[in-house]
Amino acid sequence: MTEQAQRRTPAPPPGTYLGMPTFQKNAKVQLADPQLRSNLRHATGTIRAKRAERVAEVPEWEQLRLAGEAIKNRTLRHLDTYLVQLEESLTKAGATVHWARDAAEANAIVVGLVQAKGVDEVVKVKSMATQEIELNEALEHAGIAAWETDLAELIVQLGHDRPSHILVPAIHRNRAEVREIFLREMKQYGTPAPEDITDSPAELAGAARRHLREKFLRAKVAVSGANFAIAETGTLVVVESEGNGRMCLTLPETLISVVGIEKVLPTVEDLEVFMRLLPRSSTGERMNPYTSVWTGVTPGDGPQEVHVVLVDNGRTNALADPQGRPALRCIRCSACLNICPVYERVGGHAYGSVYPGPIGAVLNPQLRGISSKIDQSLPYASSLCGACFDVCPVRIPIPDMLVHLRHEVAEHKRGHVGVQQTAMAVAGWVLSDHKHFELAERAAGLAARALPNTTHLGPLPWPASPWTRARDLPMPPAESFRTWWRKERGEAR
Amino acid sequence: MAHRFGVGPRVALFATCINDVMFPGTPKAVVQVLERLGCTVEFPVEQTCCGQMLTNTGYFDAAVPNVRNYVKAFRGYDYIVGASGSCIGAVRHQHPMLAEHAGDPGLAEAVADVVARTYDFSELLVDVLEVTDVGAYFPHKVTYHPTCHSVRVTKVGDRPYRLLEKVKGLELMPLEAADQCCGFGGTFSVKNPDVSVAMGSDKARHVVDTGAEYLVTGDNACLMHIGGLLHRQNSAVRTIHLAEILASTEGGAA
Ligand code: SF4
Repeated sequence: MTEQAQRRTPAPPPGTYLGMPTFQKNAKVQLADPQLRSNLRHATGTIRAKRAERVAEVPEWEQLRLAGEAIKNRTLRHLDTYLVQLEESLTKAGATVHWARDAAEANAIVVGLVQAKGVDEVVKVKSMATQEIELNEALEHAGIAAWETDLAELIVQLGHDRPSHILVPAIHRNRAEVREIFLREMKQYGTPAPEDITDSPAELAGAARRHLREKFLRAKVAVSGANFAIAETGTLVVVESEGNGRMCLTLPETLISVVGIEKVLPTVEDLEVFMRLLPRSSTGERMNPYTSVWTGVTPGDGPQEVHVVLVDNGRTNALADPQGRPALRCIRCSACLNICPVYERVGGHAYGSVYPGPIGAVLNPQLRGISSKIDQSLPYASSLCGACFDVCPVRIPIPDMLVHLRHEVAEHKRGHVGVQQTAMAVAGWVLSDHKHFELAERAAGLAARALPNTTHLGPLPWPASPWTRARDLPMPPAESFRTWWRKERGEAR
Repeated sequence: MAHRFGVGPRVALFATCINDVMFPGTPKAVVQVLERLGCTVEFPVEQTCCGQMLTNTGYFDAAVPNVRNYVKAFRGYDYIVGASGSCIGAVRHQHPMLAEHAGDPGLAEAVADVVARTYDFSELLVDVLEVTDVGAYFPHKVTYHPTCHSVRVTKVGDRPYRLLEKVKGLELMPLEAADQCCGFGGTFSVKNPDVSVAMGSDKARHVVDTGAEYLVTGDNACLMHIGGLLHRQNSAVRTIHLAEILASTEGGAA
């Protein structure tokens, strides 16, 4: 029997994130899909407008952003202290704390905990940390089925797909596609979708509800992430819209939460700022429908065995880099994705990570380093328009960070002789001194005089092809400003 | 008019490299408007470029000589003006970072000094010369694209609109999704040409939909990109820099 046939859960697409080609290549493929572009334009446009409306209602929004930034900065500055405090508080509250240096360690810990309970399936609360460490596949390899219960994550899982957005992982799918996926796949993994199901949102949600219900009622172990972890009290917080997370957090006997070490906040009071920033930035709601808050074990109520796995997985690298540290302030609201004109056109799959969009372009190279093709290309996946910074609730200076990462990539490639290196060396020489610059100017003027009747250049061969394939290039005029000035005003100044 | 020739301040013109070579009409227009308003304009010949292309591609070391050049050319002037939100933004926002990168405190100090006197053309007019009506006449339908760096880095705010409103004969057509990037992005336009063109095509479509005869911005680089798309599509919409509209007068040619 093939591995395919033995699987418990739908297989994701073949290949790995890190093995993906550059952003430029992936983007070209995504751009060619008109359905994807129209799904994304519609979805990002709607959520963008909602966010803008909800943010405009809060006159002190900028103060809230500054507070969010300051709280996160302080926490990160003393992260060692707060993490130890978090461990103490959690332990006191009856939870067991595990530390994981990387994805492999975190996955081994979770697999071990599930195996110790003698079960072969878990239900999952939507969580970016578990997506990042690719926990589902690690569990699958150990013969354990991990069922996604967030509606959009369920669509992705049943669709043998990858998430393409932090908050709305199936944003690239429309209703008709979801209906097809449900009809085809649900019956293979549990309660089937009704044969006569339409693509109305109510019917689709109904099918998901029935499909998930049996899994909620059967599961003995749940796996979650956390939006926030309070050091002072050992309290974990999950913010969600559907209530499916709440089912996982309350019904099973054992709860395992996988939490990135940057999720810690010092006190419950600090939560106030983020509970105002997050829903408005992320779903464009004044308050999200479900916020689950729990502190270790409460006897006779909810999970009686509680584990928390604190994961580093590259975060201390980012922490050690003064230019990279601000990325750890991210609360995964996805406002930067929704506003990003690049993301809107290519979608999340081009970024080679569970973290797409502007934050992905800075976070992935921080967490994973810049040795892969995809991570080297991500800092260039932006026009540096700056819209992401404007909407980020914790004021992460994404454009500046992208420029710094480009510097790192350029330094990493120092010594290579490529088109870009040569072009930049020539440009550097030309621009370093006005005498060099004037030589180049004269060359441009000569070219212009050689083609006196041409105002624009059309499609040209390489190296001008990337520009001229779709855009004409204006001819430089025969006389530069400098030459004109000299003629008109003389040599002196 | 508040100022007459030789009565206004002495202003150093930062032509910017792309305007110098490709769009000399823009710095000429700046000279014209400023002299009309009574300023004395000087052009320090040592100047080259803000270095943004090198900086934004990650070549910090290669960009440092541009910073030194800028300081050398413009030190000692009270007012330095450039007609590009993007280049002025790069001087203000990136030169201090590059000076720090160079590890040269003397340079950092000189940069801080020069940066504080550096203005986008629209800022110099509205904030320093305190004029919005520069006596311009441009009897055409025009739509304005607020370029990203002029808005988010240089922060010119509504100054360009205030200047355009006062141009006689000009009809300003509202642009849909005006705040969205046109997709130029410097080397982004050739490193990610497909995404850049996809963004630019949407911008060009919105521009055409306004029914305007001219697309105006404060950045010729963005205009070269959007204009390149419009020209390929044989569109009748022409591109023009804000300074050139402001330089047009009833007597002179538009
Ligand atoms: S970077 Fe800022 S805007 Fe983007 S997801 Fe993180 S918190 Fe939200």
